[in-house]
Amino acid sequence: MEILKTYKLFIGGAFPRTESGRYYKLENKQKQVIANMCLSSRKDFRNAVVAARKAVEGWSGRAAFNRGQILYRIAEILEGRKAQFVAELLLQGSTKSSAEKEVRLAIDRCVYYSGWCDKYQQLFGSVNPVATSHFNFSVPEPTGVVCVIADENTSLLGLVSAILPIIVGGNTCVVLASESKPLCSITFAEVLATSDLAAGVVNILTGNSKELHTHFASHMDVNAIIYCRENAAEIKAIAELSSMNVKRSFVWNKDWLKAENENPYLIMDVQEIKTTWHPIENIGVSGAKY
Amino acid sequence: MGRITAITISVKIKFYIQNPKRQKRTPSSSNIQIIESSNYQITKMSKIKKTFASYDAAPENTSHIDLKAQYDLFINGKFVKPQSKQYYDTINPATEKKIASIAKGNAKDIDLAVKSAKKAFESWSKTEPKERAKYIYRIARMIQERAREFAVIETMNGGKPIRESRDIDIPLAANHFFYYAGWADKLDYAFPNRKPKPVGVVGQIIPWNFPLLMAAWKLAPALATGNTVVLKPAESTPLTALKLAEIIQESGLPDGVVQIVTGFGDAGAALVNHPLVNKIAFTGSTEVGKYIQKAVAGSNKKVTLELGGKAANIIFDDAPIDQAVEGIVNGIFFNQGHVCCAGSRLFVQENIADKVIQKLKDRMKTLIIGDPMDKNTDIGAINSKEQLLKINNYIKIGIAEGAEMYQTNCALPSQGYFCKPTLFLHTSQSHRIVQEEIFGPVLTIQTFRTIEEVIEKANNIPYGLSAGVWTDKGSKIFNLTTKLRAGVVWANTYNKFDPTSPFGGYQESGFGREGGVHGLLPYVHF
Repeated sequence: MEILKTYKLFIGGAFPRTESGRYYKLENKQKQVIANMCLSSRKDFRNAVVAARKAVEGWSGRAAFNRGQILYRIAEILEGRKAQFVAELLLQGSTKSSAEKEVRLAIDRCVYYSGWCDKYQQLFGSVNPVATSHFNFSVPEPTGVVCVIADENTSLLGLVSAILPIIVGGNTCVVLASESKPLCSITFAEVLATSDLAAGVVNILTGNSKELHTHFASHMDVNAIIYCRENAAEIKAIAELSSMNVKRSFVWNKDWLKAENENPYLIMDVQEIKTTWHPIENIGVSGAKY
Repeated sequence: MGRITAITISVKIKFYIQNPKRQKRTPSSSNIQIIESSNYQITKMSKIKKTFASYDAAPENTSHIDLKAQYDLFINGKFVKPQSKQYYDTINPATEKKIASIAKGNAKDIDLAVKSAKKAFESWSKTEPKERAKYIYRIARMIQERAREFAVIETMNGGKPIRESRDIDIPLAANHFFYYAGWADKLDYAFPNRKPKPVGVVGQIIPWNFPLLMAAWKLAPALATGNTVVLKPAESTPLTALKLAEIIQESGLPDGVVQIVTGFGDAGAALVNHPLVNKIAFTGSTEVGKYIQKAVAGSNKKVTLELGGKAANIIFDDAPIDQAVEGIVNGIFFNQGHVCCAGSRLFVQENIADKVIQKLKDRMKTLIIGDPMDKNTDIGAINSKEQLLKINNYIKIGIAEGAEMYQTNCALPSQGYFCKPTLFLHTSQSHRIVQEEIFGPVLTIQTFRTIEEVIEKANNIPYGLSAGVWTDKGSKIFNLTTKLRAGVVWANTYNKFDPTSPFGGYQESGFGREGGVHGLLPYVHF
């Protein structure tokens, strides 16, 4: 007798069921039920934001090199569980070749972004030659908590491609997975949970964007929102509600199979530039300018 | 901007001499003892053993400026009458007297302006970058040549001390054009692995606190990257932008590359909502910023917002105290506190609080409040009656909240909009005067014991534009600058600006940067 897997949510490093007790049936092409997925509620989202906020200080405080190692570790664990992801993709309707390609690309993307962890700062930071007698430099810093409504059309690749550039730069995130292809998201959460990624850095919900997108966009303790789908009404509503706390709002409706859609400019979308000034003089000497 | 601290007293102190023919201006009080001199008759005020140190009036010469009685809109390279045929008065807030009539642009004027910009974009965006640069360099040079005239007009129209407009606003504005001019033909180096292209027609809405400087911050990077622009100055301070329009016309910049449309909020809203506008750049209040963010939702318009702030200025017990006090004064009283990055929340480590506050009070007594056109003035006029009412209302709120108010007993001019520099002691995080942006010379003071406590308090606010840190310990500075959620952190200094230095906020202080290589990004797409 085969043991079937229960797909739950991933919040704060744990795998709780939705607090609402609600579920939706995931069916395959033959209309057979594959799984009962958690239908996340607003309260689940709010719990996930609390977990993500709590994780910001620790994750952004890690050495960039250390973040790079953890992202590389994600690639290693994903590689080891490749077969499981391919099987889940097949179950959700992919062909064998496209399933294998998707998993391969997802692993490669982890390696790609792992390398960026300690490099984008040098490309996008600067020392600024101000005219006054000051030392002045600018560095990118994480925006904070980012929520994502992930690609609907892929189960693994879109999710991974959105999460990585966010966490590379020390942000934490809450992600709503594809509603119609949710299986890989929770299995990917298992990968994250065993990759030394601290609890709360990535939180994954399954459910319905129509129900949740306004809550994502209006949450006052979320710093940025990334929408990876093409529903114009939802794009507009998210952009409008984002104004409540001047949330950074981006649409990443991209073809994640394309190599051009992995790049450091996505990292920079959820970075803030901080500029620091300091006088170049002996403090207190005559003529020093403060 | 040279080596200028915004608020300094740099002139020679003369002693109070009885001479009714000469206007004397006195700081609120003084502890300077009078020195007997046989050449002068000393006032009888020496009876009270102390007398007032004072300064001769030192008004800037205003005879060389060229102002018209009436200003029209600058659209498609020409000055044109507004569709509404209506004009409004722009005044000098220090005298409440009218300076000129200003065209009241409306949605129809904005439409004409945007269409001119759209048309001009075709050729301007294809103009050889090296040639584009030359126009911008020329504008920079012409501002430099006419710097004093601009400074005088800026002070007349906005109320800021002439020393600030002369030494900070105008030179920095010219420098911004000069800096960004040089980027025009080097953009491929600014964005690794990308070919940047201009975004199109840019709508820019600027505030009244640094009228010409904000125009420069907006126009220079937009032009360097090949965009065309419709700029709307603040209604209360249109004059230097209109003088800039004259320079732009003289510079030979092709018609339609820049339009300057004066008017009120309805004109700004029309610009934000115009379908041919590809990007909005706004500096102003968080309230209006949120309106703009909402208004452009779903439209594909790019937006950058530089909004309000409520900066923490943090003084540790190992700070150089005298310099820190200068930094506090410069942080909050620069430009009458009409600064989005003003250090309006002072945090002093508890063990030095009494000393710092006493020194701060003593320093405040020496500040000269009055005629902005006087070169000795430290604090000029509040920009408008409306703003003065807002500040005074916050002072009432602070008193009602139970904070202890301190003001020097300086005399304010009988005419014009003036506000005494004000401290609030014994404030707490929950006070409205601590949480909300006042945009005036009002400082709230809190004390702290530990570094963790002050970080928590400093960050516990929706804004995140700037912060100040005063300590002699380098490791503490880096710890603080890393943990403070603010786009600009001044360590052992405050309120410094430079064209090469990116400026902009976290959280509800907006997004996008102005200045430096980072200031190019809002004006390009890949």
